[in-house]
Amino acid sequence: MNILVCISHVPDTTSKINFVMDNTLFKSKGVQYIINPNDEFGLTRAIWFKEKHGATVHVIHVGTAAADPTLRKCLAIGADKAYRIDTPAHDGNHVAHELAAFLKTNSHDLIIAGRESIDYNGGMVPGILAGILNMPFIPNCVGLEIDGNTATGEREIDGGREKLKGTLPMVIGGQKGLVEESDLKIPNMRGIMQARQKPFEVIPSSNAMALTKEVSFEKPAPKAAVKLVPADDIDQLIELLHKEANVI
Amino acid sequence: MSVLVIIETEKNKLKRNAAEVASYGVGLAADLKTSCSAIAFHSDNADSLGQFGISKVAVVSNVPMHFDANTYADTIAQHVQQIKATHLIVSSSADAKFLAPLLAAKLNAAYVPNVVALPSATNPLTVKRTAFTNKAFANTTIEGSCSIIGVGNNTFGAIENPVSCDVQSVVYNPSTSLLEQVSIEKETGKATIADADVVVSGGRGLKGPENWHLIEELAEVLDAATACSKPVSDMGWRSHDEHVGQTGKPVSTNLYIAIGISGAIQHLAGVNASKVKVVINSDPEAPFFKAADYGVVGDAFEVVPELIKKLKAFKALG
Ligand SMILES: Cc1cc2nc3c(=O)[nH]c(=O)nc-3n(C[C@H](O)[C@H](O)[C@H](O)COP(=O)(O)OP(=O)(O)OC[C@H]3O[C@@H](n4cnc5c(N)ncnc54)[C@H](O)[C@@H]3O)c2cc1C
Repeated sequence: MNILVCISHVPDTTSKINFVMDNTLFKSKGVQYIINPNDEFGLTRAIWFKEKHGATVHVIHVGTAAADPTLRKCLAIGADKAYRIDTPAHDGNHVAHELAAFLKTNSHDLIIAGRESIDYNGGMVPGILAGILNMPFIPNCVGLEIDGNTATGEREIDGGREKLKGTLPMVIGGQKGLVEESDLKIPNMRGIMQARQKPFEVIPSSNAMALTKEVSFEKPAPKAAVKLVPADDIDQLIELLHKEANVI
Repeated sequence: MSVLVIIETEKNKLKRNAAEVASYGVGLAADLKTSCSAIAFHSDNADSLGQFGISKVAVVSNVPMHFDANTYADTIAQHVQQIKATHLIVSSSADAKFLAPLLAAKLNAAYVPNVVALPSATNPLTVKRTAFTNKAFANTTIEGSCSIIGVGNNTFGAIENPVSCDVQSVVYNPSTSLLEQVSIEKETGKATIADADVVVSGGRGLKGPENWHLIEELAEVLDAATACSKPVSDMGWRSHDEHVGQTGKPVSTNLYIAIGISGAIQHLAGVNASKVKVVINSDPEAPFFKAADYGVVGDAFEVVPELIKKLKAFKALG
């Protein structure tokens, strides 16, 4: 089984979010980048399939060389090969079409992307990709088993879970639950050394199109100070929630 | 050109979020000086959309009873072509976020999720949406002839605008599904994090799962959904389904009550879109107080039982 894990390279969760160039561009200076957490759960599940069932794990990123350290980290954790499609990523539609063009000539049995990236929160790459390739798609996936040619996955729905079954090739939108937090791997020295020898291919863009553009960013208005209510005056809290905030 | 609102149903009834997406669609159609209609699956009360300004609804019944993304998307795509719709409106539910990208691929449409307001400009169409997990907004322009706008939960609200509503049953020929539903588990009768007006959330400050009756009782009085911080689900005190925050479920409810939660940046990112936040924490320095509207500095084991008691009395008064 060949697994392709789509990797997004995002600011660390504790990063300060600021913008430059008249609020048109995210300020990446001084920001630490990581593997998008949702993708890391998917990658870890893929490596589990490698260790248990001998799957081959490839990672792919659509973007600039800025993400190369992130892809090297994926190799150090256990992926066998990295691809980078060499174009700045413009929007979810653009990324999905670049990935689809790649998959048309490099078929894989299972494609795992993250539920959403934590920077632009589009949550559309795996779904659009599945749509273009007419493959079954399981989003918000919190459990995945493969048996021969059949994949069974569980997706989180509002207020519960749904178990779905389909045939490979399939696209997954992964998140925590695919593996546990404690299963995530930290690259060790041996992995880091091995990663240097692993194949890393930079491929040209297929010139897919973006359909949206972020023209400017804004930060939420600063918050008014909290109103503190003494612990022995809960009546006041109820009064405020009822009369002032109008929420109960 | 026209606006089409995609309405979700459950057990043949419109879901609560129908009012908000319908209101958005009607508002957008007014801005674009065009008409707005809706499509729903297996619905026996679609005419009630008239309350929110929808004068025409197409109801589809020849599809699986359960939400099946492939057949539903294919049906909607055929309807879009039939009525020449150009702007599709969806909610932010798990099902809508499943459906919208599939539809975007079929229609080659631009999909913009988490939109918080009507467009600030119509040429090019420019919408404001959240980005960086609620730490910023992105003003996004949409190119192309077809777009799908995902309205953020509880961002636009429902706007009453009664008109008479014509319901028509329609039949399309969707392709067969690519997935088989094996099973579905769903808590019925309990508010979910996605659609509850109030969410009561507990953190590590509650010391252990045996104390969760406090969270559950408070939630029951308020008809609220229950949630928790990440370590609470990691330690197995509560199920993963309740984990909220940047790597868990997003929360954008009217009232979010955080008990024994410190307010780490990753937690706040996921819950900040909630309108009113109340924090109960014994540590006056807990970062959550900076992000909250109302706060009580105190021991949850004393404050919460008192709050439950007083709220019961308040509710009893009506
Ligand atoms: C990549 C990444 C992603 C993450 N994603 C998420 C996420 O999605 N969601 C999330 O929640 N976290 C997330 N985290 C974890 C986050 O950083 C915090 O560790 C976590 O939110 C803390 O949970 P907590 O507030 O329950 O616990 P703590 O930080 O331990 O806080 C417990 C609080 O309880 C208070 N307390 C103690 N006793 C009492 C009492 N008797 N009465 C009242 N208050 C009391 C304490 O004062 C303290 O403020 C993520 C972290 C990383 C690195």
